[in-house]
Amino acid sequence: MEKNNHKGWLYLIPALVFLGVFMLYPLIDVFIYSFEEGYNSASMTYYGVGLYNYSYVLRDPYFLQALKNTFLLVIITVPLSTGLALLISVALSSIQKLKNLYQTIFFLPYVTNTLAVGLVFMILFKKTAYSDGLINLLIEAFGGSAVDFMEGPYWAKMTVLCIYTIWIVLPFKILILTSALASVNPVYYNAARVDGTSAFRIFRKITLPLISPTVFYLFVTGFIGAFKAYSDAVALFGVNLNVAGMNTMVGYVYDMLYGNSGGYPSYASAAAIILFAIVLTITCINLLVSKKHVHY
Amino acid sequence: MKVVLKNLTKRFPNHKKNAPDVVAVDHFNFEIPDGKLIGLLGPSGCGKSTTLNLICGLLKPSEGSIYFGEEDVTNLAPEHRGVGMVFQSYALYPHLTVRQNIIFPLENLKGAQKLTKEEMAKKALQAAKLVQIEELMDRKPAELSGGQQQRVAIARALVKTPKVLLLDEPLSNLDARLRLQTREEIRRIQKETKLTTIFVTHDQEEAMSISDYIVVMKDGILQQIGKPQDVYDDPANLFVAKFLGTPPINLFHGKVTDGMLYIGMEPVLAVSGVENQAVTVGIRPEGFVPDEEGPLSCTLKNVEVMGRDVSVVSTHEFMIGAGIRSIIDADVKIDVAKSTVRFRLKPHKVLLFSTDTEKRIPFTTQVSHA
Repeated sequence: MEKNNHKGWLYLIPALVFLGVFMLYPLIDVFIYSFEEGYNSASMTYYGVGLYNYSYVLRDPYFLQALKNTFLLVIITVPLSTGLALLISVALSSIQKLKNLYQTIFFLPYVTNTLAVGLVFMILFKKTAYSDGLINLLIEAFGGSAVDFMEGPYWAKMTVLCIYTIWIVLPFKILILTSALASVNPVYYNAARVDGTSAFRIFRKITLPLISPTVFYLFVTGFIGAFKAYSDAVALFGVNLNVAGMNTMVGYVYDMLYGNSGGYPSYASAAAIILFAIVLTITCINLLVSKKHVHY
Repeated sequence: MKVVLKNLTKRFPNHKKNAPDVVAVDHFNFEIPDGKLIGLLGPSGCGKSTTLNLICGLLKPSEGSIYFGEEDVTNLAPEHRGVGMVFQSYALYPHLTVRQNIIFPLENLKGAQKLTKEEMAKKALQAAKLVQIEELMDRKPAELSGGQQQRVAIARALVKTPKVLLLDEPLSNLDARLRLQTREEIRRIQKETKLTTIFVTHDQEEAMSISDYIVVMKDGILQQIGKPQDVYDDPANLFVAKFLGTPPINLFHGKVTDGMLYIGMEPVLAVSGVENQAVTVGIRPEGFVPDEEGPLSCTLKNVEVMGRDVSVVSTHEFMIGAGIRSIIDADVKIDVAKSTVRFRLKPHKVLLFSTDTEKRIPFTTQVSHA
């Protein structure tokens, strides 16, 4: 083993070079910027070193709003979308007729452009002078009163964003879960049937444990993906997310760099590091929890 | 609990359009006596597993009915039939421990049958003791050897005290040595529990060695049912004769003329009660006796010494197949230098079959080598 070590590193060089240049170096750089006060990327100068950037960001109401939005988005959409995807996949794998048609329909959002989907959601939800939008028409038909989903109250906008996010991530999860379900050896189901196991118990005691690695994978990637949400909010509410009160953490980082109020790489770096720390913590918690509940 | 199959038929739709259905099981009629071990035997694809799945209830028959004792179970779901099934791949739930696997069927019981935790644990331990795995209870299936997994699967099938135990190719995933051990184990468990047990196998030796009765199948059609030795000695047709026995039966083109059986020009055996006709002659390997004066002369190819007995490989102009393999006592010396070997035949090891229907042609005989 010892002897081969040099060779091993040699094989790793291509990957290491790319990861180093495009991942590790920027990461370290961002980490350094986050401590440099008032860093200017043009002149490459700064006034001092300290925690000021962090304290500024953590007191910035826009950041706190973005933090709240992101957390809500994560907490609502990840369990809902995974659960919904599981439900649909189980339903899909238990039908025979039209299975392929349904699979195609459920997969369509995956190949559709985010902005195009945003446009469709606008038509569904947007209240204009001429029309209340399809959803509002439905609400009115059931005796409710119209809500301005795009420019109205916070909860209404959050609802649209959550529905949108769930709809966008669903196809990938369904795809992964359907193949996981298909890979469960049917002999387990036969064995369970001979023993008189109810359908619900088969699902809970056999199917779910057997596909738990996949479900867990979807949870972890779902968490990370939702924390990094940005384009979804843009597609729905435009680029002035701070004004709409619908900014996300990644959106905040972007605005700090390039937005109308931008040009503050130090604040952006601090916010990015905070996001990184949060994602890392949550992922670690996920891994710890999974030890108990995931069967390999 | 005796098991009765009446006219049992299973057809599967053909994948090709407008092609006739595939008949996996074709009008089966047989009765399995209570408390016996039955081997369903046949080559791959002959419908053995389908038959087992029909008895188990995982498949619905296209026609016919199944009785457990006096009760018609044809339309009962598997869980209401009281069957225990051991699958070919064992189907142990990989995420559960041995104990949890064995308890699993008990946890499904509802209503009056419901058991307390203590009762379940007790029953599981009983089943585990029966198959001698009580020290493995907290392991996962992946941590067990093939033979141990097999035992766990049997314990799981037995824990609900089924009326009928079904085993699908129970030994096919084990190595040769374990196979011998496990088949005796299955025999022991069956004797201890006195359960009517049906197992499927394509290995005739396996079926012959432990079954009370064997059921020989081919292409979905029942060929013969009987005690292993009876089926071996008295096969109904050429297929059964060829399928049973290792080494397999030796076949020749022959003819019967005026009560004498000829292989080629040589009169080999006096057979009475057979009309003059061309026949397929089957001679079991143990039916050859080396004899300088014997009527059947074969070209000697090889002599394989196996210790207890000797296997003589020879050829004959009118044989069917690649060679004649005869097994003779090691005490009899064969002169390997000679190019021919002469045999006389043991009459009860000679079987005649019709050349066109392949059905057995019975004959009576007097000792003919006077």
